[in-house]
Amino acid sequence: MSHRLILGGVSIAIDDVPLLTVDADIGPGEVLTVTGKSGSGKSTLLAYLAGFIDPVFSARGRVLLDGVDITERPAETRRIGLLFQDALLFPHLSVIGNLMFGMVPGRGRPDRAAAALADAGLAGFEDRDPGTLSGGQQARVALLRLLLSDPHAVLLDEPFSKLDAHLRGEIRALVFDRLRVAGLPAVLVTHDAADAATAKGQVLNLDT
Amino acid sequence: MRASPILVVMLLAGPILFGLAGIFLPAFGVMPALGGYVPTLGHWDALFGQPGLWRSVIVSLLSGLVTTTASLGIVLLFLAGCTGTRLYGWVCGAVTPLLSVPHAAAALGLAFLIAPSGFLVRAISPWITGWDRPPDVLIIQDPWGMAMMAGLVIKEIPFLLLMSLAALPQINPASRLAVARTLGYRPVTAWLKTVAPSLYPLIRLPVYAVIAYASSTVDVALILGPTNPPTLSVAILQWFNSPDLSFRFVASAGAVLQLMLTLTALALWRIGEAVVSLLGRWWLERGSRGHYDFGLAVAGGGGIVLAAGLAFLSLVGLAVNGVAGFWRFPNFLPDTMTLSHWLKAAPSIAGPLSTSLIVGALAMAISLAVVLAVLENEQRSGLRPGRGGMHIFYLPLIVPQAAFLFGLVMGTEIAGIRPGFWLVVFGHIVFVLPYVYLSLAEAYRRLDPRWAMIAATLGASPDRIFLRVRLPMLLAPGLMAAAVGLAVSVGQYLPTLLLGAGRVQTVTTEALALASGGDRRIIGVWALVQTLLPAVGFIIALVVPRLFWSNRRAMRGVIR
Repeated sequence: MSHRLILGGVSIAIDDVPLLTVDADIGPGEVLTVTGKSGSGKSTLLAYLAGFIDPVFSARGRVLLDGVDITERPAETRRIGLLFQDALLFPHLSVIGNLMFGMVPGRGRPDRAAAALADAGLAGFEDRDPGTLSGGQQARVALLRLLLSDPHAVLLDEPFSKLDAHLRGEIRALVFDRLRVAGLPAVLVTHDAADAATAKGQVLNLDT
Repeated sequence: MRASPILVVMLLAGPILFGLAGIFLPAFGVMPALGGYVPTLGHWDALFGQPGLWRSVIVSLLSGLVTTTASLGIVLLFLAGCTGTRLYGWVCGAVTPLLSVPHAAAALGLAFLIAPSGFLVRAISPWITGWDRPPDVLIIQDPWGMAMMAGLVIKEIPFLLLMSLAALPQINPASRLAVARTLGYRPVTAWLKTVAPSLYPLIRLPVYAVIAYASSTVDVALILGPTNPPTLSVAILQWFNSPDLSFRFVASAGAVLQLMLTLTALALWRIGEAVVSLLGRWWLERGSRGHYDFGLAVAGGGGIVLAAGLAFLSLVGLAVNGVAGFWRFPNFLPDTMTLSHWLKAAPSIAGPLSTSLIVGALAMAISLAVVLAVLENEQRSGLRPGRGGMHIFYLPLIVPQAAFLFGLVMGTEIAGIRPGFWLVVFGHIVFVLPYVYLSLAEAYRRLDPRWAMIAATLGASPDRIFLRVRLPMLLAPGLMAAAVGLAVSVGQYLPTLLLGAGRVQTVTTEALALASGGDRRIIGVWALVQTLLPAVGFIIALVVPRLFWSNRRAMRGVIR
């Protein structure tokens, strides 16, 4: 599997004041790192790509995913996954309930979910209450939930900034490794220079 | 779902406008069914000729202003003086149960408590008073409505307190207090100077609702209010029910007068607001640090304790009366206890109880469905209702029932809609829907929007997000809103009486019907049943989420 995300002349403005302009071609397993001060429009760019942009912003340009223009599609049909700085596991569902929430209906889902858990060192966690997991375990489940939903591209919104220092490196390596293996293009928004260094991709600084 | 805001306007504003039209036309003589074809001011002459009319008007007006001033004053002083104390936590825990007690039951309980042969007199007789028989004094139903106002204050304090507690997090009182205290203000003065001015605008509409309710209540006035003359609202009911149908014109003119009376009370309150704001600015800018902290705190705490204590004792009094056998006067407790009143009342309770439950469940379910549609539509469209949107939900709470319900009944009669079960249900919705909305809207909007974003990026459609994410996560506030809706419906007296033409009998209409009879044992039983029904709803709303999410630790965090 390999996917490609192309941002063609994407420009976002608020009240006719231009905020940012992006042209990028992100290949399979590549990461575009976006940095900048608060208010530079980093999160707005992610919201635009995911399909949640606030109507106060006006946006132009095209977003192509695997050659298909998804600019006008609603969020749930874009096949773009999202990781926030919080794991945001649904607190009312079990671990496997969270994983299956994002999986396409069909047979064998519980087995695939269980296998993914075991592969991530979380064997037997299916029926656990997400509220009782450690921060690192929650981050892993969130990543598995994202991958099992079979996205074609991924957006990362400062996904490691809330993790403890000793976990950050480990989870960061895991996320980038899995994205590379899955051949997913990713857009990463971050403050952390170490994120960009590990991502090894193109860097877009919105301040310059 | 897109049409849901229009549905709300139709459900709420429709009956009110229809009802107001239904009193304005007959008030000026136009009511073809009763032979009124030519507009005339004659019925106003008849109205102003009614004995004691001006006393009725003045008592109703005073009730609106005094009740609201006392309730709001106690609530603000309590918040200013007791925030962070043990009393504060204790009172906040008692707010919802107290709010769930129907007005009529609270009024009946208070009547038993303060009556000449009630608990309070018994407690101090004969050793202080020397009385060995009930004194012949008029405590309840006093001519100036003081007992009625006391009963209203007890019920309005929990309402205003709950509204204030819901609004406070928006204005971040802790940091305001911290700043004021570093500038040398003591805590209570600091609260009054920095938090109260921002809190008041947020609870202004609930305050107006209290003014409107206190100036037009029927059920509390029937139990605790003056009788000859009664409050204007009760007088209208008497005229409306007069066997002489021509009195319906007088009742209509009276209803218009009631509307003007409540508007006058609101206008006077607004003038008061302006004066207080002017004086308040002077007080703030003068920079005085205040020396009355302790006194203010004691006043607030004492007022709340007194009100909550009276409410609690009232309920105990109802329970004791319901099982009292022989009970000689100065004895504090009954000489004998018996269950015979309960056994005797049980067969006649079953019918009204199930009617209350069915009407309440229907009104609540329809209201909840409409409110969920409105809130979900708001999430999907990203459009928040403006100030006007909030006002529509307060319309039924601010236009007095006693003003528009009579018109609604006469209007439906003319339109050929027969009074009865379904009209009662729709009448209840007018009052249930706003409370369901007010209970649920904050929780709905405060739910972190990222939950929906995550769900959408995982491929969930808006409907699936609603059913699988928002509804389960909002189970607790949703059930609480449902319990509030049920409680509001169970407590409705005038809409049930009028729109059911007396044929739809609920525990509330029956308790009020018995209230004039004066058999305290039976009244105690009915009032307690009336209290227990909403209480059961609140218990379910509290327990079910705990059971349902007993294995989901984080669900306790999402709700608050």
